[in-house]
Amino acid sequence: MLNIPKRKTEKKRLNVLQKKPEKLIDKDDMRLDGRKLNELRPTKIEVGVLGNADGSAYIEQGKNKILAAVYGPKEVHPRHLARPDRAVLRCRYHMAPFSVDERKSPAPSRREVELSKVIREALEPSIFVEYYPRTSIDIFIEVLQADGGTRCAGITTASLALADAGIPMRDLVAACASGKVDGHLVLDLMDVEDKAGEADVPLALMPNLNAVTLLQMDGSLTIEEFEKAVNLALDGCKQLYTLQKEALKSKYVAVKEALDE
Amino acid sequence: MTPPPIVVRVKQKRIAELVSSGKRLDGRGLTAYREIQVEVGVIERAEGSARVRLGKTEVMAGIKIETGQPFPDVPNQGVLTVNAELVPLASPTFEPGPPNENAVELARIVDRGIRESKAIELEKLCVEPGKKVFIVFIDVYVLNHDGNLIDASAMAALAALLNTKMFNYELEGGEIKIKPGYTPLPIRNHPIAVTFAKINDKLIVDPWLEEEQVMDARLTMTLDKDGKICAIQKGGYGYFTTQQILEAAKIAREKTEELRKVLVKG
Repeated sequence: MLNIPKRKTEKKRLNVLQKKPEKLIDKDDMRLDGRKLNELRPTKIEVGVLGNADGSAYIEQGKNKILAAVYGPKEVHPRHLARPDRAVLRCRYHMAPFSVDERKSPAPSRREVELSKVIREALEPSIFVEYYPRTSIDIFIEVLQADGGTRCAGITTASLALADAGIPMRDLVAACASGKVDGHLVLDLMDVEDKAGEADVPLALMPNLNAVTLLQMDGSLTIEEFEKAVNLALDGCKQLYTLQKEALKSKYVAVKEALDE
Repeated sequence: MTPPPIVVRVKQKRIAELVSSGKRLDGRGLTAYREIQVEVGVIERAEGSARVRLGKTEVMAGIKIETGQPFPDVPNQGVLTVNAELVPLASPTFEPGPPNENAVELARIVDRGIRESKAIELEKLCVEPGKKVFIVFIDVYVLNHDGNLIDASAMAALAALLNTKMFNYELEGGEIKIKPGYTPLPIRNHPIAVTFAKINDKLIVDPWLEEEQVMDARLTMTLDKDGKICAIQKGGYGYFTTQQILEAAKIAREKTEELRKVLVKG
């Protein structure tokens, strides 16, 4: 499976191409969408949004719209994958064909294969897998609309879906990227900033344990800049963590109120 | 990931205890690499090639260059493609078939280091803007798996790139006509990867197979020739603290300088 370069298609996209703007950050340190350098995008999280799943959650972070569902712990198919001492965690990160400007083939790309792996490894440290031997816990992340930072938003959402499924966890995992854009370190990059920026540092954190469970980087940063970028991302994770807890509580408060009536 | 074999499970405690006291089963220091051997130009049919031995780990990288169409968003740049094969002869745990997630991840880590450090001067690989460019295929071929495939593969890819020669050509009515002689592939940066394993809350460099099988988590940092970080990848089921990450960055800077002397001559 080689990465054959994409051939130019004759089809013209109907929606307007987003041209790279001259400047991503203006002289008042304001970003294209009006955010400050260290500001998260407006984020809305909802827990328990799907009927069939054991646990589910939905996030809107800027223009990102992502659904996550958890099934399990359940019997493993195929059986030989089962482990005698713990649950196996499986994860699929997938982007809908209509989630990006140019239609994405629904077949899993190499990027999606890699992200499924790193997301699984970001969530696994938070789960007591040893409580459920011979079972599997399946996580499905569907990106319905993408605008940069989908792996992080996917992790934030999937962690809530795991909690919603009632799976015992050490902590929630919150994830957020920082990066370097037009020479400035910024938090929570959107697509244009990611593409035109100098560096991108996605990071996932279990805030109560100071445990970084996902860390990637591409671009170019000095070690000093990297240290600052990590601290910025950690701060973003902590903000998202608060939102996660609120979302989780509000579902069960609503359930309790419904029961009380 | 395959579960640790039972023998390693038995050794797990011993490996972890040793690491805690600053030692390793094979006698290395915590931040010492195994012996590195680099041979270049090992495949005459390839435009560039290298074989790297990192202890008993053995990786070959071959470079092939073809012409093709550029990506529409960068019409005047050549194309870089990295693929990795975990060849079944390299380990009893490797199976035939299309690349699995480990192979895909390996290829993408190597790719990211080379791409983000802008190691290849891709803008010099344009034949006709928007129509025809050169595509550089880097194929990483793992021949013997004894741990730390990432660093060995990144070294093999870089050594092979530095050894790559392109044919001379001239354009005749939009067609490429090959002329005698070769020129080296234009390379401007040298990304080098350093991989850490976390065992018992300690960081070790260049984990070999048994250490990989008992490690909690893995962290790879790729640095360019100016000591800037150009790619990072965390792997494995465990986690790192912030302090460990920053400590790793400092060690990585020292180690990449050391490795660069072995890989980049002159």
